[in-house]
Amino acid sequence: MNTPVLNVRDLVVEFKTEDGAVTAVNKVGIQLGQGEVLGLIGESGSGKSVTLRALLRLLPERKSSISGIVEVDGRNVLEMSDKELRAYRGGETSMIFQEPATAFDPVYTVGFQISESIRNHLGASRAEARARALELLKLVGIPSPETRLDNYPHEMSGGMRQRAMIALALASSPKLLLADEPTTALDATVQIQVILLLRELQRDLRMGVIFVTHDIGVAAEISDQVAVMYAGRIVENGKARDVLKTPHHPYTEGLLSSTVHGAKKGETIDAIPGMPPNLADMPPGCAFAPRCRYATEICHQEKPELETGANGRRVACFHALEVA
Amino acid sequence: MTMISETQNKVQPEAQVHVSRGYWQTVWRNLRRDPVAAVCMIVLALIFAGAIFAPLLTRYDPAVGSIVSRLKPVGTEGHILGTDEQGRDMLTRLLYGGRMSLLMGTVPVLLALVIGGSLGTIAGYFGGRLNTVIMRAADVLFAFPSVLLAVAIAGALGAGVGNALVALTIVLIPPLLRVTESAATQVRALDYVEAAQASGAGSLTIIRVHVLGNMLGPVLVYSTSLLSVAIIMAAGLSFIGLGAKPPTAEWGLMLNTLRTAIYSQPLVTILPGLFIFLVSLSFNLLSDGLRSAMDVS
Repeated sequence: MNTPVLNVRDLVVEFKTEDGAVTAVNKVGIQLGQGEVLGLIGESGSGKSVTLRALLRLLPERKSSISGIVEVDGRNVLEMSDKELRAYRGGETSMIFQEPATAFDPVYTVGFQISESIRNHLGASRAEARARALELLKLVGIPSPETRLDNYPHEMSGGMRQRAMIALALASSPKLLLADEPTTALDATVQIQVILLLRELQRDLRMGVIFVTHDIGVAAEISDQVAVMYAGRIVENGKARDVLKTPHHPYTEGLLSSTVHGAKKGETIDAIPGMPPNLADMPPGCAFAPRCRYATEICHQEKPELETGANGRRVACFHALEVA
Repeated sequence: MTMISETQNKVQPEAQVHVSRGYWQTVWRNLRRDPVAAVCMIVLALIFAGAIFAPLLTRYDPAVGSIVSRLKPVGTEGHILGTDEQGRDMLTRLLYGGRMSLLMGTVPVLLALVIGGSLGTIAGYFGGRLNTVIMRAADVLFAFPSVLLAVAIAGALGAGVGNALVALTIVLIPPLLRVTESAATQVRALDYVEAAQASGAGSLTIIRVHVLGNMLGPVLVYSTSLLSVAIIMAAGLSFIGLGAKPPTAEWGLMLNTLRTAIYSQPLVTILPGLFIFLVSLSFNLLSDGLRSAMDVS
């Protein structure tokens, strides 16, 4: 692995609720090199989005607490002052959101909103910021960028808005790009275009990317590295090809076999039985044990640690080898 | 999925890109096209212009009357709208009275907008304990019927235009506080605020750009409707002797002093009331028109 752009260790995010603290992200560790793409996969509520937000410290401070180490480019994000944090957000690290329709303010033009971020970070004049915004719109392949600058968000299609969102995220050449299911809200054909665009930009600009998705196909398409999350923990992590071809964790295996891709008509798809556990009421042992077909006595009593195996492969399962 | 070639990602030419006018331009256009709103705007413009240019429009002094020509009917030569109980020209009194009445109606709304608006924005945006403190304090004022509260405050401070302005401002703060607070709370939770935070915008920028930009519409509509209430309350305070003092011309006060002549010159007597009614109604209808004009999507 080349110089890490992101180094996360023991990241724990707790939310304060009326019934006490709920741990949404539990001891997550991520290593991401320059120009590398990590696909973060998991079901809804597994802590993917919370992890991303924690990297930008976007969670409401009054209701949550973040601990651990989050180093971006060697600086600990969790120790930044408010001023440093503002420069960091949208500076070194940017984020793309799931819903491009609502991530833009409807009362301002797209050009204004991109320029605003540029002026914020680079201290550029209005004219300079506009010129840079135009460059960015060209970069993300928006047709007639000059006119599009003066468009309001509702005058753009979903795919176009997501491209504009990417342009906004690239405003000050970030080293790390966080993408929170950026293609989920888009049409299938547009999804592929946006993924290819991201892949291309990521290669050209040498950005580290964390791509959150629950679509295995998308993850396979874009990622170098894959991390699978379940109930707030990373249960499996490794090279995309290895993990998706030979999953070691029963949950990953279940995820892979529950996709419709490649299944013939009439063939039964193996869905994972049951529901993810309630984060406020976690089982004492492995969180996946109640749904796992390999589970034994030990799985229900002890929590498996994330063990590093050959080839940088990390798995948190007592029966990892048997599955393989 | 892996079969997709990179060419799909190339820019496709687009036939025509629709360039829109700005949001406020659209609202203004809609407003002009709404016949009711257009008439209201014309009525208000005429009344405001009449009040502002009163000295140019009439040769009489609003405070000087003549005993020989008291209570002349509408249509008298030289006094188109008649004269009042002291023989002063009614048209002159109405124009000059508009200055005081409109001032007393609009200034408190503007002041309350600034004070209530900033407090409401802060309460809504930051939430938590600060919100509780500000909003519960507003609830205390809200517990009183507004007219009664205005009378009580103006009475306690003593009669006079300045005190009436203070009383009206205090009464108008809580409703504006509530409206701005709820607007700010709503905007606060929207995705684009989070997106703005994620791109490094500080609280001040977010409030200035996103919160204010998005609550401007509803707050403007609400303030316009408050203007119609404020005009009536201001005139009411003067009517019961807590606002403008004689011989100042003011619509509410004029209604009070003309009250005795209601059987001899009913038409002259109701003229100030008619103006209060017209202004209040126009603001009210304009507020409705504004609401529908802003409904663009």
